[in-house]
Amino acid sequence: MSDFAVIADTIVRTFDEGNVQALKGVSLQVPRGEVFGLLGPNGSGKTTMVRILSTILSPTSGSATVDGFDVVKRPDDVRRRIGLAGQYATVDENLTGFENLRMIGSLNHLKKSYVMSRAKELLEEFGLSDAANRNVKTYSGGMRRRLDLGAALVARPPILFLDEPTTGLDPQSRQDLWTIIEGLVEGGTTVLLTTQYLEEADRLCKQLVVLDKGSIIAEGTSQELKTQLGTTVLSLTFASTSDAARGVELIRDLSNKPANVEGTVVELTVEGGPASAADALRRLDGAGVTLAGLTLREPSLDDVFLSLTGHKAEDEMVTEDGDATAKRKVRA
Amino acid sequence: MTTVASENIDARQNIHDERSALSWAVSDVLTMARRNLLALIRIPTALVFSIIQPIMFVLLFRYIFSGAIPVSIPGGYVNYLMPGIIVQTTIFGAVGTAIGLAEDLHRGLIERFRALPMARMAVLAGRTVSDLGRNVLVLAIITAVGLLVGFRPHGNFLHYIYACLITLLFAFCLSWGFAFVGLAAPTSEAAQAMTFPLIFPLTFASSIFVRIATMPGWLQPFARNQPVSEVTNAVRSLMRGVSPGNSVWVSLAWSIGAIAVLGPLATAKYKKVA
Repeated sequence: MSDFAVIADTIVRTFDEGNVQALKGVSLQVPRGEVFGLLGPNGSGKTTMVRILSTILSPTSGSATVDGFDVVKRPDDVRRRIGLAGQYATVDENLTGFENLRMIGSLNHLKKSYVMSRAKELLEEFGLSDAANRNVKTYSGGMRRRLDLGAALVARPPILFLDEPTTGLDPQSRQDLWTIIEGLVEGGTTVLLTTQYLEEADRLCKQLVVLDKGSIIAEGTSQELKTQLGTTVLSLTFASTSDAARGVELIRDLSNKPANVEGTVVELTVEGGPASAADALRRLDGAGVTLAGLTLREPSLDDVFLSLTGHKAEDEMVTEDGDATAKRKVRA
Repeated sequence: MTTVASENIDARQNIHDERSALSWAVSDVLTMARRNLLALIRIPTALVFSIIQPIMFVLLFRYIFSGAIPVSIPGGYVNYLMPGIIVQTTIFGAVGTAIGLAEDLHRGLIERFRALPMARMAVLAGRTVSDLGRNVLVLAIITAVGLLVGFRPHGNFLHYIYACLITLLFAFCLSWGFAFVGLAAPTSEAAQAMTFPLIFPLTFASSIFVRIATMPGWLQPFARNQPVSEVTNAVRSLMRGVSPGNSVWVSLAWSIGAIAVLGPLATAKYKKVA
């Protein structure tokens, strides 16, 4: 058995007869028993990748295996080993929570008695026991998402694909899902997770790749990605935007990377940490520019993304970029 | 949570039920059909609508148009009308196939099904089978309504059942065509709208409501030879207790021909959409 739960080799996928390139040759290897992150903004090709790996869509070229089985040649073997859940929470609104899980269990060709006990168990664990016999139509967004994840887990798949599992959830529901995912991984499940939230990737993923416009632009552990950037972020808040504009000219040369200015906040990645902060203070003070605040922090993945792509990770890019899937679903 | 998670991998042993592929395919179709029928009970408005519409047609033609439509068969126009309404109702019922599939597609449910180890054709077959089931129920209700407004089938009970089976079979085969429409439609509302240009000429330019001889000459060849007229003639003859001639066999041939063409067409479309 390979050490990798998922291997993708130069996956290309085009839509609209080649006019839209959603994936431009993506390769990745997902180690067993950990959370692997696919990070990128809308339209970067994350969802297309998950759909290919879960046999919903075939690649235009390239190949992939899941648990050792080729996704194109042995799709049924792949399907028996994966669970799929995502931001669209594809549960049947007209059925109850219990009926949804029973249906998915039956379509997974599981023993009837097992499906019954497993459905009850999952509903209980995910805090849906009270709502088990209610139509899903009456569920909140967080409840649907948990049920969706429950449906993906009915057959105890060793490999789980989670496509933006927390997009659009409130902070509490997001925390709940993170805890669930961490529990699953403790139990030995391999999780491939896509997200546009850098905080999420930072918290859950051991390794990740950063996708932008269908190509991998960075990969490694989140720590590695952060160190690519410099050691510390110096964040200065000025009293006004004109002060910020003046201030940034005075301290620009403290970093070899471009400064990020947003309103009254100026951010610089610096090598020296406290020494650079002191230097900046001296210069601003000397020029008579007053500061409203100053912090030094570790770079976030947000900073990484900005420096890699020149745009923020959470920019809405669906319209200009080319993930046909994202577009279709947004419309639906 | 961790309790469910931690036994995850080991507990995978022995949870699958080993059966033949065919046995699972049948099970998958029934699972999907059951799911669709459950939804039908949960949203009764859809069911009520599919019953109310044919009842309106019965009342409209029985009490408003009947005086203007001369037919000379025992029992009068109502005996001519009701077999036609029964055919029309089952065909309209097949429209549900398009709407249901379009909804599943656009809600992303079909995506989920495609990532499951279930039989590929079960999504389509489950839908057409559940729509057949709904049609059986609607047919029973329409028969009751017909009897209330004076419909008196002169054929025996067995002939009545044959007649119903002929139209149910035809609607079932036709529903594979509507499955194709549902998968091709951009929304479920569009799916419904797209079926009307197909269904209108088939049901109205037919022998369902009026004798074809009363139609303009240019329309008669189409109206006389299209499948819905054949099915209607077969159903009407059996219900009236007169000889259906070869219309029963022609109807069956149309049904088989329809599914032979439309079934693969819908299946191919299903493979393409994702």
